Amino acid sequence: MKELIKDPLNLIIIGVAGQGNVVTSQLVCDALVREGYLVTFGQSYPAQQRGGSVINYIRISKEIQCSPIIPEGRADVIVAMEPVEAMRMLAQFGNPDVITMVNPRPIQAIDITGSKAKYPGLNKVMEDIKDLSAKTWVINATEEAQELGNAIMANVILVGALVGCGLLPLERKSLEPVIEERFPRAFELNMAAFDRGVELAREQE
Amino acid sequence: MPDIDIDAPGKTLLLMGNEAIARGALEAGIGFIASYPGTPSSEILPTLAGVAKRRGIYAEWSVNEMVAMMVATGASLGGVRAMATMKQNGTNVAMDFIATLTQRGLRGGGGLLLVNCDDPGQRNSPNEQDTRPVAKWLDIPLLEPGDFQEAKDMTKWLFDLSEELDTLCMLRCVAKISHTRGNVKLNELPEKEKKARFELDRLGRPVNPHAAVHEKLDKAQEKFELSPFNRYVGPDKADLLIITCGGSWLHSQEAVRLLKLEDKVGILKLGTLWPLPEKLVVQHLGKSQRILFVEETDPFVERSVMELAASLPPDSLRPIFYGKRSGHVPAYGELNPDSVIRAITKIMGLTYESRDADYSKKVEAAVKSDVVVRIGTLCPGCPHRASYWAIKNALKLDGRLGFATADNGCISAGLGPAGFYVAKTAYAMGSGAAVADGLGKLGQFGFDQPVLGGVGDSTFYHAGIPALLNAVWNKSNFTLIVYDNNATAMTGFQPHPGTGMTAMGDPAREVSIEAICRSMGVRVEICDPFDLEKTTETLLDVMKDEREGPRVVVMRRECELIRARREGPPYDVYVDTEKCLGDSCGCDRLCTRILRCPGLVWDEEAGKSKIDEIICSGCGLCADICPQGAIIREPVVTQEREIAEEIPGR
Repeated sequence: MKELIKDPLNLIIIGVAGQGNVVTSQLVCDALVREGYLVTFGQSYPAQQRGGSVINYIRISKEIQCSPIIPEGRADVIVAMEPVEAMRMLAQFGNPDVITMVNPRPIQAIDITGSKAKYPGLNKVMEDIKDLSAKTWVINATEEAQELGNAIMANVILVGALVGCGLLPLERKSLEPVIEERFPRAFELNMAAFDRGVELAREQE
Repeated sequence: MPDIDIDAPGKTLLLMGNEAIARGALEAGIGFIASYPGTPSSEILPTLAGVAKRRGIYAEWSVNEMVAMMVATGASLGGVRAMATMKQNGTNVAMDFIATLTQRGLRGGGGLLLVNCDDPGQRNSPNEQDTRPVAKWLDIPLLEPGDFQEAKDMTKWLFDLSEELDTLCMLRCVAKISHTRGNVKLNELPEKEKKARFELDRLGRPVNPHAAVHEKLDKAQEKFELSPFNRYVGPDKADLLIITCGGSWLHSQEAVRLLKLEDKVGILKLGTLWPLPEKLVVQHLGKSQRILFVEETDPFVERSVMELAASLPPDSLRPIFYGKRSGHVPAYGELNPDSVIRAITKIMGLTYESRDADYSKKVEAAVKSDVVVRIGTLCPGCPHRASYWAIKNALKLDGRLGFATADNGCISAGLGPAGFYVAKTAYAMGSGAAVADGLGKLGQFGFDQPVLGGVGDSTFYHAGIPALLNAVWNKSNFTLIVYDNNATAMTGFQPHPGTGMTAMGDPAREVSIEAICRSMGVRVEICDPFDLEKTTETLLDVMKDEREGPRVVVMRRECELIRARREGPPYDVYVDTEKCLGDSCGCDRLCTRILRCPGLVWDEEAGKSKIDEIICSGCGLCADICPQGAIIREPVVTQEREIAEEIPGR
């Protein structure tokens, strides 16, 4: 087992229900357990299948089985499939050392369209995220996934980006079997998405 | 994840608490499981149903939880290990039967378990409820797992206990254990052939049934005193003793670790909650002058221990108790590590900073402008959005201040903006029909508002049929809307008696909703809610029907998420920016502001609406509501999806 950058390592993967961030988390967690780590993967999700925020709390340790919820201010890495969701997590779990990875594609909330309120200025949100993080990776996961043929694959691109940025003790070969198990019929397509994610992260190092 | 029935003792899998329960049942040699879907319990049954055929077990979705508990009992009486799984509301439904069952015993049958999953914080429930008091009230031995490994191990152990004591046993799990994944080390699977037989000579009722079950509880208590599911970690003499159980155990350990108080604060984790292992608890009460109880939702352990302390000899040491009663732990909602940190620091007079104070100030300032509320909504393409749109318009055209009632599941969105607030009540399974039935009988008091009672398809079979029957018999004047999307959608698309499939994937007779209604002599109309015009007309007509008794409108269209798994979108939908007049139209942004489908967004720069192509499902509903005809839908040739079933539901 490789050393963790911190023990326990607290990872949040957040998105809007329907974006597939549970699959992102599941793939990462399955790979980590195969490598022998103790993983707790907790979730907060809305009652409805779509629209609300889905938070995945992933706790990785060599020694302890952690609580399903990360304590306030204690996130080490935040992966957000949507920029406002990154801010939502920084508000509760951020700290001066937190590292963020953000897919900058906004998704509107029905409270915005319904009340004529505006989606917060994207540039300002992105600037604030960078300002509140020790380091930020911007991964255009949705855009890249659309180029690969289906926006839903943004979730697997982000798995690749997480591996590519070297924050987790994982490599391509640890993810290959879990991606194959999850997507037996679309394995190659999803590996292509994964590899694209790795590249995107490495470009920003 | 590898298959749940992998025969690899010693191997570690990442299992959801509910999957761990299923695995525990497999390791115990379960033969029979029955359930009705309800978050957070829903995954236990499908996990077992998925391997049922090759493991030689039987799994069914029952029509409701009372039936599930009864059929599981039937299996137990036949000598097969059986389990019924449900959420807290389901246990309420089954309770009448359970109350008598516990006083009859299992008569030498197979071990029988009730697995109840509670939802502290009620994220996915109509109420917040602690179901543990049911065990105390109805005399059921009760365990609660504190992690994922225990979810498996306790389930397995409870089958043995149930057979040994010849009584129903209960496992209570909270959402944060049921739905969290963690490491679980597997044990071996039994290779025992199951043979069912109903032993005629074992029947009969105990002379004093209540006394008999109390004797069983005494035996359970003796075993609980020595159970490895109760553990203490901490110093021999502690500044503070935490008594905890369930998911709160993990939060408590985290809090003590973060505060670096391992040598000052001890944690007694209880796994066997009823009957309370009194000797064990008394032995630990001496460890500290201060006791803090940490548990979700009600102060169940807290009260049991305080009761016990009150019965101690007068010269005993009396610690100070902290918890929900003292206000140190929230009396409701879900707990987390910070709730425990706050309680400990308050009691011990410590300070704790979760992060740098300057950072907090900075982030708080940014959040004001950068974060918006994001509530759940009906999915893009959801047929219920169309149904509620038609109802909204029909009620307005009817003009008699009519309203709708809703029920559990996706249709509860009728209470909020996604359903245009047309629904005014939602309580329990079947109440959308029966409450409307009650209102429909108020004519003699001058009540003249049309009532559109609401029930989902799965709920219709669960509890809607007796409600409708009652309305027919007693001539209630209302319209029952059956929102039939051919699935139990909110809990994860489980089949029901109308879907033509069983839990194990076998074909079944499709029980027709309209045939049931017509057999009661009721007028039934069937609408495709996407045909907004005809649906609105039909609603107007049935509301004016003056014949005696209720009417039924079945809103029939398949759940969009199920359709989308099978095939691509039916339409290409886009906004013709020439035709869309934006704010000068006078429609007041009917599409984005009123219809509020997440697939439609307002393009701030252009001042017009636009389709978000990654959200839009291509249902084309919005094309029918735009007064300018600016939303264009063009049919696409639907193809079977290549990767369809691998796209997650959530």
